[in-house]
Amino acid sequence: MTPILQINSLKASVNGMPILKGVDLTVNTGELHAIMGPNGSGKSTLAAVLAGREDYEVDAGSILYQGADLLEMEVDERAREGLFLAFQYPVELPGVSMMNFLKTAVNSVREHRGLRPLGAAALLRLAREKAALIHLDSRLKKRSVNEGFSGGEKKRNEIFQLAMLEPRLAILDETDSGLDIDALRNVADGVNGLRTNDRAFVVITHYQRLLDYIIPDFVHVMYDGCIVMSGGKELALELEARGYDWISENGVPA
Amino acid sequence: MARPVPAKLVRLMNTDTQYLHEVAASDYEHGWVADLVSDTIPKGLDEDVIRLIASKKRDPDWMLENRLRAFRYWKSLEAADQRPDWAHLTIPDIDFQSISYYSAPGNKPKYESLDEVDPEVLATFERLGIPLQEQKLLAGVAVDAVIDSVSVATSFKDELAEHGIIFCSFSEAVEKHPALVRKYMGSVVPYTDNFYAALNTAVFSDGSFCYIPPGVRCPMELSTYFRINEAGTGQFERTLIVADKGSYVSYLEGCTAPMRDDNQLHAAVVEIIAHEDAEVKYSTIQNWYPGDQAGTGGVFNFVTKRGICQGDRAKISWTQLETGSSITWKYPSVILKGDDTKGEFYSVAFTKAKQQADTGTKMLHLGRNTASTIISKGISAGRSNNSYRGLVRINKNADNARNFSQCDSMLLGDRCGAHTFPYLETSNPTAQVEHEATTSKVGEDQIFYCKQRGISEQDAIKLIVSGFCQEILAQLPMEFAVEARKLLAIELEGSVG
Repeated sequence: MTPILQINSLKASVNGMPILKGVDLTVNTGELHAIMGPNGSGKSTLAAVLAGREDYEVDAGSILYQGADLLEMEVDERAREGLFLAFQYPVELPGVSMMNFLKTAVNSVREHRGLRPLGAAALLRLAREKAALIHLDSRLKKRSVNEGFSGGEKKRNEIFQLAMLEPRLAILDETDSGLDIDALRNVADGVNGLRTNDRAFVVITHYQRLLDYIIPDFVHVMYDGCIVMSGGKELALELEARGYDWISENGVPA
Repeated sequence: MARPVPAKLVRLMNTDTQYLHEVAASDYEHGWVADLVSDTIPKGLDEDVIRLIASKKRDPDWMLENRLRAFRYWKSLEAADQRPDWAHLTIPDIDFQSISYYSAPGNKPKYESLDEVDPEVLATFERLGIPLQEQKLLAGVAVDAVIDSVSVATSFKDELAEHGIIFCSFSEAVEKHPALVRKYMGSVVPYTDNFYAALNTAVFSDGSFCYIPPGVRCPMELSTYFRINEAGTGQFERTLIVADKGSYVSYLEGCTAPMRDDNQLHAAVVEIIAHEDAEVKYSTIQNWYPGDQAGTGGVFNFVTKRGICQGDRAKISWTQLETGSSITWKYPSVILKGDDTKGEFYSVAFTKAKQQADTGTKMLHLGRNTASTIISKGISAGRSNNSYRGLVRINKNADNARNFSQCDSMLLGDRCGAHTFPYLETSNPTAQVEHEATTSKVGEDQIFYCKQRGISEQDAIKLIVSGFCQEILAQLPMEFAVEARKLLAIELEGSVG
């Protein structure tokens, strides 16, 4: 198996405040990793650093993505190289139609991969196919990006974009937060349908319940900026039963 | 009492961005000078010049008298140093004696057919993308083309004539339809209205006239392309549109101008009269030369545009995309005189480099159940300054008047300015006036979101800006909207979905 992502001793801060204090993580192609942990443990910061958000300062460590130095790459370059982030809080783009947004995004990625741009008809066909996969209301495609979408619609729209852009590595940042059980199932169905041998997932979640529907290969627990525990899918169940206090009581590496 | 209302401000980004600097520094595409043989009178302005213009235009006596009255009024303002100075603009001291007030392209004053037109003139239109012959066949748009001050070509006249529609140059209207011109000219914008309206009335050289008879729906979009094409020549257009009872017309005005070094003064007047149940839709794309990076050489655009909903249930709608000129001073307005009349103002003003724009509208509610809508979008880049200035006045007899206003500003970069000066004057307690300020969005988040989807920063800005303007661009007639998007350098918007 080939590692698609190798994070080594990563330290990062926001406004001079250290958040990540030495994260190590290796993700192979075809795997799905869940990262769990209490609020403020650094889960979302890790996602933001991987995507390349500017307000986050990397202080030490390295990230290799498909063997290349991820930290040297621009945000859009990372995306075109197949790194996708499903946002915890998807951003509204007033007046920008979903189809126009998708066309720009899909064709940017295709151009980077040496493929011809998709025309309007082909794009519509692709969108129809992918929308069905995640039970997305086709009317959403006709609206402005995320504008006036409900919380559930926004999250489903993230998975829809994931399906359209066909990334190599997808990072889901608390995609389950704020979803009712039906929406959660829809999102999970979508993600499961997109799991392939040449794609990896990092699923960040606070709650175990998402992992009832998306079965992880590995579960990691983050605490105070470090991954303090790793295991199989059973670890998630144990965490659910014992609570995050169990981690702190069991001694955390300094 | 006038009181300002806070505007929504979207700060797209704080940091200097490569692309924004490129946009702000991009050269003006339509900047070139056609080599035309011109008939230009010497610089300067006095009563002799007015008489010379009148004789060149073969004005009837009443028109000459009108010019002289306006000139004397203008002179009194000039002598009293009463140039308008209330706008949020830095206007250089214009020497009105160093301007030539009349220029006619070519040697002949009139053309029988396109064959007689100076090939240079035709080539000019080709480069502007408006080949008249092809437009006749393809676009279905009647074009009354104005190069400098004389109309050189008109088309579609026969078809319009079948409907009884008059669409011609202002000069031709003065000659052939003097009763209509005398009745309506100056009835909405009198020469005493303001400094530049007085100047225009005194020296205007040509323009367009349009009359739609009762009950007629004009079967095509009417266009006039204005072009300033003579170094150091002021351009003083005059447009008069009269929509008789129950008629409808959509009028398009689009402008580009060649690059040059001298500042060019443009002071146009547009008057619209909408009678009972009539509707006039007036759309503008303004792309005059904005000046170089240092801000020199651009067009000064001091325009008075006003319409009156004279009869009950009349409607006037202004839509504008303002991207050019070094200084824009322009407030297309509507007097809602009849009962149940409607006025609309939709505007996108984009400024970059050292451009200055002070633009907006006036909605004057006189009749009962009158309604007005104002949606203004200002985008500032570079070191430009972009101001919205709007007045909503509800008179005491205007029962149940309604107004909705929305003014949004977007800043590209941190060296530009956006300002909003809305004024509300309400003298009737039944008035319902809304001023909306939607939630500000943090632009960095939007750009990051787009980039995370593989979209370059440049394309992300195009998407976001075009989305910001979408509401307004959607108001433009189809072919005009295409040109508008090109002007904003956002070819992508609207191409799918």
